[in-house]
Amino acid sequence: MTTLIEARHVTKIFGGGVFDRNATVALEDFSITVDSDRPSITAVVGESGSGKTTVARLLLGLVTPSRGQVLYQGQDVQTMAHADWRAFRRDVQVIFQDPYEVYNPFYRVDHVLTTPVSKFKLAATKAEARALIEDVLEAVGLRPEETLGRFPHQLSGGQRQRVMVARALLLRPRLILADEPVSMVDASLRASILGSLRKMNLERGISIIYITHDLATAYQISENIVVLYRGSVAEAGDVELVVKQPQHPYTQLLISSIPLASAERTWSGESASAPAIQATGATGCKFADRCPSATPPCLQALPPLYQTAPHRAVACYLYQSAPALATGEMVSVFTGQATLKKGISGQPGSPGEAQHAGV
Amino acid sequence: MGEGTTPPGPIPEAARPGKPAAALRYVRRNPSLVVGILLLLTLVLFVGIGHFVVDTSKSRPLSAPVLQPPSPEYPFGTDRQGRDLLAVMVAGTPLTLRIGFIAGLLGVGVGSILAFVSAYYRGAVDTVIRGIADIGLTVPGLLVLIIIAVSIKEGLTVDQMAIIVASLAWLNPTRTIRAQVLSLRERGYVEVARLSGMSGPEIIVKELMPNLLPYLAATLVNAVSNAILASIGLEVLGLGPIESPTLGMTLYWVNYNAALINGWWWWWTAPIVIILIVFLGLFFLTVGLDEIANPRLRRTV
Amino acid sequence: MKPDVLRVRGLQVYYHTPLGAVKAAEDISFSLKAEERLGLVGESGSGKSTLALAILRMIKPPGRIEAGEVWLDGQNVMTLSEEEMRQVRLARIAMIPQGSMNSLNPVMRIQAQIADALRDHGVRMTKRQVEERVRDLLQSVGLKPEVATMFPHELSGGMKQRACIAIAISLRPKVIIADEPTSALDVVVQKQVMETLARVQRALGASVILVGHDMGLVAQFVDRLGVMYAGKLVEVSPVRDVFTKPLHPYTTLLIATLPSLEQKGTFAGIPGLPPLLRDLPPGCAFHPRCPYAVDRCRTEVPHLMEGRPDSWAACHLLS
Repeated sequence: MTTLIEARHVTKIFGGGVFDRNATVALEDFSITVDSDRPSITAVVGESGSGKTTVARLLLGLVTPSRGQVLYQGQDVQTMAHADWRAFRRDVQVIFQDPYEVYNPFYRVDHVLTTPVSKFKLAATKAEARALIEDVLEAVGLRPEETLGRFPHQLSGGQRQRVMVARALLLRPRLILADEPVSMVDASLRASILGSLRKMNLERGISIIYITHDLATAYQISENIVVLYRGSVAEAGDVELVVKQPQHPYTQLLISSIPLASAERTWSGESASAPAIQATGATGCKFADRCPSATPPCLQALPPLYQTAPHRAVACYLYQSAPALATGEMVSVFTGQATLKKGISGQPGSPGEAQHAGV
Repeated sequence: MGEGTTPPGPIPEAARPGKPAAALRYVRRNPSLVVGILLLLTLVLFVGIGHFVVDTSKSRPLSAPVLQPPSPEYPFGTDRQGRDLLAVMVAGTPLTLRIGFIAGLLGVGVGSILAFVSAYYRGAVDTVIRGIADIGLTVPGLLVLIIIAVSIKEGLTVDQMAIIVASLAWLNPTRTIRAQVLSLRERGYVEVARLSGMSGPEIIVKELMPNLLPYLAATLVNAVSNAILASIGLEVLGLGPIESPTLGMTLYWVNYNAALINGWWWWWTAPIVIILIVFLGLFFLTVGLDEIANPRLRRTV
Repeated sequence: MKPDVLRVRGLQVYYHTPLGAVKAAEDISFSLKAEERLGLVGESGSGKSTLALAILRMIKPPGRIEAGEVWLDGQNVMTLSEEEMRQVRLARIAMIPQGSMNSLNPVMRIQAQIADALRDHGVRMTKRQVEERVRDLLQSVGLKPEVATMFPHELSGGMKQRACIAIAISLRPKVIIADEPTSALDVVVQKQVMETLARVQRALGASVILVGHDMGLVAQFVDRLGVMYAGKLVEVSPVRDVFTKPLHPYTTLLIATLPSLEQKGTFAGIPGLPPLLRDLPPGCAFHPRCPYAVDRCRTEVPHLMEGRPDSWAACHLLS
């Protein structure tokens, strides 16, 4: 099994230096692997302060890890040769959250599409370039004649975001990092954008890392999930298991707080008390101060990930009877890998029964 | 999402600078710009037509009877050295303006390059450039210019004046443009450009500069205005190009010959009126351009 | 049967731009009973925030309230003078505006900000009385008394929002309008803030209008739900009925866009785009995207009709 991209024990501290007091630990001992044999969709879910945005920037090489490494096809992103780095820049593309900010208001939207074509020499002639651009626009469900030649403010947020997805496709990437791609888009337009991403995965074999705070959309389009809490992984694994039977107390709290649109009110019971502002530098499990099941050992050291089932792992001392997951084996809890080894597992929503989320 | 003042839905095109029709609509809403342009246009016409109508060789001394008050033959009168003042104004105004433009252009040109490099690359380069600019700004500019002008042994030409003034004109533009670039460089589209494979200089020229054009224009007009002021200041002190009939030199002669006390009002009225028109024109132009460049409006784009 | 505490009739708000009038809200009519919670959901550009501001007469030029009445306790606030309206705001109708937690004055302590609001409305209290009132208010929103002496930047997002609720209820209004009160907050904190709002509303016996784009969130809180599209109110029904028996096609499609945690592959989008508010299509604004559109929809504008007792929708299919 070869890995496409991997974060190994990455810790990122911002604003550090001589005075630790001002340092923020954005990510602590974070590892994730995306394998290259089978394109997957992995969701990284977390709330504000969870470090999910840092994950995106790290995997793109825009930010240097304070500790640990980010490896692309086995090579450290920070030290790779220029030719490899250029290949990395092509193979890993990103879709940002804000569909307004990513456009230079001076240019028409064509600019974000023509720039990579010329910089990466994707077409030999102008006609070829035009054909390529029209092709990717149609692939995301946009009509070139209605989109090209317009200025950003003339398109809706949803259309702008879809142009960004099209842009990501131009370079035939192997991995797309989608950082909150639909949170600033209207509800009625979200499904088609997420559907495009899923289509990319199924039809073009592109792996997706979908970073979001919205557990519901994460559940809908991904197979694997990583739940982040304040810079550390709380729980990871098959999205069906994690969402239907959450094991980590934080995941349980998260799911019970999601307002579901149904006839019944499902917000149950009283909420847990809100945490006071945390001082940094606290040791132990990050959730201990809000956790109804916290015990003294929780305050001492960060719990490792325990593999409680073939397709899931939880970082909680409640499950310490299960074997601890070795690093670099994170990918083994993701269903894709399991399917390769054991054949179709028969679990609902497994990749073998490729379901389409209503494109 | 509908706040109190912003209408929901796509932004009307009129608010977007850069397209010709929209620009015209803007001008109508921007009276200062129009007034400024008109004033400057008046001067240009004055000089342009003047060069055909008036014999500019009469701007040299001993071309006309001395100290004549305005008459049909000499509409602006003459001065103590026998210069036809109308010819002096027609010949001298473009000289003064030229000093201003050259110095202003050089100042903003050099200033922008330094500002873009400094703000985009940050780090040591930024520290050095910013340090020099900050130190330079604390030194009294006029003093430096006087020292430089005095040390030039031979007679000064108009272009040399321009370069002397330009030597200090880049300081302020560097700082102000740098501040603008600093905020722009954090925008999402800069990151996208980087990820699309654009290099640093490309990003500066293609992504950042177009968005700063209105601001750069306003800064340029401001720099020109300051440069003209500085050059007139030096000239009045007698440190300018003695042979040339620039506006400032005329005022020097006015002072030297005590024209005020002697009641030769026509001698100092003409240059002062023209100087007023120059500065008012540039001022209104700056205000007009400022309105275009103002971030409050930029937000609607 | 509770009496109506707020009645909106034919409210119309246009924004006048050089390119034409943007019809942000058109012919909005609804009623709010005492102690009732009404939700207004819609996507961006639907007019829901405009409506909230219009009720409080806080529309600024180039927007203008073209027509309509807003009856509060038998009095049409549209006819009041500016000074009288100022007295009505906060004391009788309070608003928690969008992003209000970011509009707290960063250099004033929370206590001072609440006291300011009280003083502005002519409430005369001694310093001690003000302190006590602030403490009570903070307690009613679940904040510790220490918060009174803190600055906004010392509070978390949820705490700031609850402080804003405290300001809104300081004069015991009869109607509270909350415009996206939890939009920037995490899911867990969101729930806490909404529960606070619910508790506060029950204690005051006030009515609430909750404006938002997150249908699931709004539905958890309200008794009746109104759906807005392109500046019009297209459906108003009891919240349960909206989900089990929606009357308007847009409502049905909107519900289908909500991703569920129950089953995969269940959410879809609505094809097409919302119309430009200054260039609305003739007839029903939704007809270009409506799967059930008939000829009548293209020419005649539908008005709210009672499809079932107490369930209203603006759709020709009802008649």
